[in-house]
Amino acid sequence: MTCMVTPSPAPVGKRTDLPRLRVIKKQAFAAATKLCISLFVMLALAFIANSAIAQAIDPLPFRDHAEELRFQHLTSELRCLVCQDENLADSNADFARDLRHKVFELMQQGKDDAQIKQYLVDRYSDFVLYDPPVNHRTWLLWFGPLLILIAGGIVVVNTIRKRSRTAAPIASAPTDNGDDW
Amino acid sequence: MSRLLPFFAFVLLAALLGFGIWWNSAHDPTAVPSPLINKPAPAFALPMLDEPAKTVSKDSMLGKPYLVNVFASWCVACGEEHPVLMAESKNFGVPVIGYDYKDDPNDAKAWLAQHGNPYDMVIADINGHTAIDFGVYGAPETFLIDGKGVIRYKRIGPLTPEVIAQQLKPAIEKLQKEAP
Repeated sequence: MTCMVTPSPAPVGKRTDLPRLRVIKKQAFAAATKLCISLFVMLALAFIANSAIAQAIDPLPFRDHAEELRFQHLTSELRCLVCQDENLADSNADFARDLRHKVFELMQQGKDDAQIKQYLVDRYSDFVLYDPPVNHRTWLLWFGPLLILIAGGIVVVNTIRKRSRTAAPIASAPTDNGDDW
Repeated sequence: MSRLLPFFAFVLLAALLGFGIWWNSAHDPTAVPSPLINKPAPAFALPMLDEPAKTVSKDSMLGKPYLVNVFASWCVACGEEHPVLMAESKNFGVPVIGYDYKDDPNDAKAWLAQHGNPYDMVIADINGHTAIDFGVYGAPETFLIDGKGVIRYKRIGPLTPEVIAQQLKPAIEKLQKEAP
């Protein structure tokens, strides 16, 4: 933002009103300067407040942007166990912050995503994952919808067959004579 | 028969709904099953609340079964559980360790002074790092650890007289029969 207030040279034409004009100009100049300063202060305050809030949420010293993206992706796939409808990345709970810091710590130790997930699963069970693995306890969750779809499909096919069997003689008799024209 | 089909479908759905309601009232839907049961408890070394210079570790507790009860002065449900512990903790037959979770030591001391101290000793996990190893995600939680340092039972949520009579005491008795 540019905020330049410079007193322009007094106009040359009207010499009679010069002192009054100078007073008005001085006042306008002072008012504009005040406005500029207060705007600047407000902007500065807003900036400071903003960065303070961002730091309060997560003051984690990432090495680079890629690491931060990886952290955000990983924590968005993990469930906060206190507030179970939120993921770790979004949750403001104290516990979620602790686990975020743990995830960050494990990242710094060079653990890959699978190892970090396994670390949390060892302590908090598969429940901590938003993407549950396929095993004997989750097969119904994974394939249940498919089973329901197949069952529904069988019902639909049966119904259509039954209807076409009963409707076919009535429908085909008058139309199949080939003399429609 | 085919006329009755919608009726059967309705009965099936109603039964499913009834089962769901029964299941959710009989189970806590937010309780996370602990994968740590029958696994070795994590190694820990935490300072005592009253004497921070002294630490209690997993190794120092080996040899006999004990209970670990996670609590905090800020935890509302712990206040509900507290009278139960005050009445029952001496009847368990095993030492009860209070695990002060993410708490200001002064708050915890004041809380115990006000409500009474049911614990044989109290350890303090001020930053909650060790609690992550225990799979703690809230308070109160209670662990039963055997003489070999293996977690044998875990309760998430407050201990109630029913839970103690039906789950915790049988689990302790089983342990005591195992190791004379």
